[in-house]
Amino acid sequence: MEQEFRKVSHHAILSEVQELQEEHYRLIQICATTVQEGYEILYTFGKGYDEVQVKIHTDVGEHVQSISRFFPPAWLYENEIHDLHGIEIDGITLDFRGGLYRTKEKAPFAHKEVKEGK
Amino acid sequence: MKISKSPWLLHYDASSCNGCDIEVLASTTPRFDVERFGIINTGNPKHADIFVITGGVNEQTRQVVKQLYSQMPDPKVVIAAGICACDGGIFKDCYNVSGGVDTVIPVDVYVPGCAVKPEALIDGVVKALAILDEKREAMKNHAVCEVNYGGKTKEE
Amino acid sequence: MSSRSVIPFGPQHPVLPEPIHLDLVLEDERVVEAVPSIGFVHRGLESLVSKKDFKEMVYVAERICGICSFGHGFGYCDAVEHIMDIHVTERTDYLRTILFELSRMHSHILWMGLMADAFGFENLFMDTWRIREKVLDMLEAATGGRVIFSILDVGGLRRDVPDDMLKSFLPVLDDIEKELAIDIKTFLNDSAVKSRLCGVGILTPEQVETLGCCGPFLRGSGVKRDSRKLGYAAYDDIDFEIITSNDCDTYGRTFVRAYEILQSIKIIRQAISKVPSGEVMVPVKGFPQGEHMTRLEQPRGEACYYVKANGTRFLERMRVRTPTFANIPALTETLQGCDMADVPILIVAIDPCISCTER
Repeated sequence: MEQEFRKVSHHAILSEVQELQEEHYRLIQICATTVQEGYEILYTFGKGYDEVQVKIHTDVGEHVQSISRFFPPAWLYENEIHDLHGIEIDGITLDFRGGLYRTKEKAPFAHKEVKEGK
Repeated sequence: MKISKSPWLLHYDASSCNGCDIEVLASTTPRFDVERFGIINTGNPKHADIFVITGGVNEQTRQVVKQLYSQMPDPKVVIAAGICACDGGIFKDCYNVSGGVDTVIPVDVYVPGCAVKPEALIDGVVKALAILDEKREAMKNHAVCEVNYGGKTKEE
Repeated sequence: MSSRSVIPFGPQHPVLPEPIHLDLVLEDERVVEAVPSIGFVHRGLESLVSKKDFKEMVYVAERICGICSFGHGFGYCDAVEHIMDIHVTERTDYLRTILFELSRMHSHILWMGLMADAFGFENLFMDTWRIREKVLDMLEAATGGRVIFSILDVGGLRRDVPDDMLKSFLPVLDDIEKELAIDIKTFLNDSAVKSRLCGVGILTPEQVETLGCCGPFLRGSGVKRDSRKLGYAAYDDIDFEIITSNDCDTYGRTFVRAYEILQSIKIIRQAISKVPSGEVMVPVKGFPQGEHMTRLEQPRGEACYYVKANGTRFLERMRVRTPTFANIPALTETLQGCDMADVPILIVAIDPCISCTER
C-alpha cells in the first residue's frame, strides 16, 4: 500500500485544513523535517481508521500560519516545532514563545543556513 | 544504631528512558523486595539517605538534580543506576544530554546495565550502605559538623 | 471572591515516577487552570539519525521509552520495512504480535500498580507488581531482556522463540488471568477505590475527539477505535474485542485497561495456537529511500512513526508522535475545575509516559 503525501502550497494550508475540519477529521500529528531547501511540515489527519497526509514546504525564515484555530491540540505540536526547528508559527492559541523545551542548543534541528548565520 | 539499618531512598529520573525507573520501582516490590533491608522509597529529599538517579542528566534537570542533592542531609550516598546515569550511554551523542550524573554531583556507586537489573541494583544499594556507614564514621570523627545551610557547607 | 494562588507541581513529586511540571492556578482548593511545561526528559534522540545508521537506530527507537520499548522498535522497523519493500515472514508477524501483547500486559499491569499507589492503596500496588513479574519472566525467557528487549531488527527478529517455549507460556497466562481477576474486582467494585475514581476527570466523547485523545483515554469515553484493527502484524487474523466504557471518567479508563489485559491474554493464546513454522529473518539489501508513516496501537494509545530516507546509510528524519503527547491537551482540560487532591490521580489516569513524549 503506497501512502500518499499530498503537497499543498503553504499559503493554502489554512483553507485546506478548514475543509478537513468541516469534514470532521481529527488531527493525528504534525511533523517538521529539515530538508536541503528549507523545511517540510507534514500534517496527518484521520477520520475513523483512514488518514490524510498533507505536506507543505517553507523556506528558511518564512512564517507559517497556525492551525490551532481549527484543531485545538495543534498548539502542542506547533510549540514543539517552534522550539526544535526554529520555524516561526503565527497565531498559536497557547503560545509558549520558546518556553516548551529548554535545550542546551537553541533550535537544534534548524536549517544549517540558520545555524551558520548565527 | 547504625544508619545503614534503615536508610531511606529517593529516586529521581534525570532524563532516563523509563526502563531503569521501573526497574528501580520493581526492586521495591515483592519479587526483589529491597525493603527487607529496612529501605523505604520516599518522595521527600529531606528524608532520604540514598539518592538513586537514572538517566544521563539533561539541560533542564541539571538544576533539579543539584537542588535535590543539596536538600538531602549528610551523610548521603549517590547511586547512578543504569548505563545512561553512569556515562550517558546510547544518548551520549544527543545534543541535550551532558553525560553521566557525575558531571553534576559526586557519585559513590555506579550500577551499569541497560536497563539495570533489579539484582544488580540491590547489589549496588548494599555497597552504598557500606559507604554510608563509612561516611557517618568520618563525620563523627570530624570536629566540624557539616551542616547543610541551603546547599552550602560552612567552609564556603 | 477567593484569591488565586499558583502551586508548582513537579518535576520531583512522590506520585510521579517521571518528571513533569505543571503550574496549577488554584482558587481555594479548586484548580482553575493548569499549564504544563515539559522538557525534563528531552534528550533529543531524533537527532541521532545523523550519527547512527538505519539499523543501529532500532536500538535507539527501543530506548525512546523503557515501558513501551517493544512497540517503538516495532513501529520503527515497520516503517523502514515499508520503505524498503521488505515482507517479513508470517512467523515473524505472529511472534511480534505475541511479544507486543506481552508488553501491553506488562504496561497495563504496571499502570494499575501506579494508579493504586496514587490513590493510596499500597497493598494493591504490591500485588499487581507481583503479578507483573510473571509477565516479565516470559519476556525475559523469550527475548533475554526484562524491559528493553533488543530482539527486533529490520527484516524480522534477531532470534527465534521456540514453539515449546511458547507452549510453556500458556499455563502461566492461566495463572495470571486467575490472579488478576481478584485485583480487577478490587479496582472496579471496592467502594473506597470507586469513591476516588468515579466522576473524576469527565470528558465527553465529543471532547476526546476534538482534543485528539488516543488509547484507553479515548476508549474510556466510549469511542470505539483501536489502531490494532488497522491489521498490521498478525492482528487481522486474530479475533479480539475493542473494550470501551461509557463512564467517561477515571473509572472508565481503569475499566478499559483492566479488560484490555484480559483481551491481550486472549490474543496471545490465539496467536500461540496459530503460529506457523519458518524463518524469522529475511535478508535486507541496500539502503532505504522514500518516506513512510506507520500508525500502531501502543499500550497508551496510537503512536505514529515517520521515517524519511534518502538512499544512504543514514536516515534523513525519524519522528515519533507518542500517545502521551497526544493526550496532554486533554490532560490540561481535565485538570481544569478538579480538586487539588485529585491532580495526581488525573495525571496518572492518562498513563503518562514522559520519556516517550519528550524523546
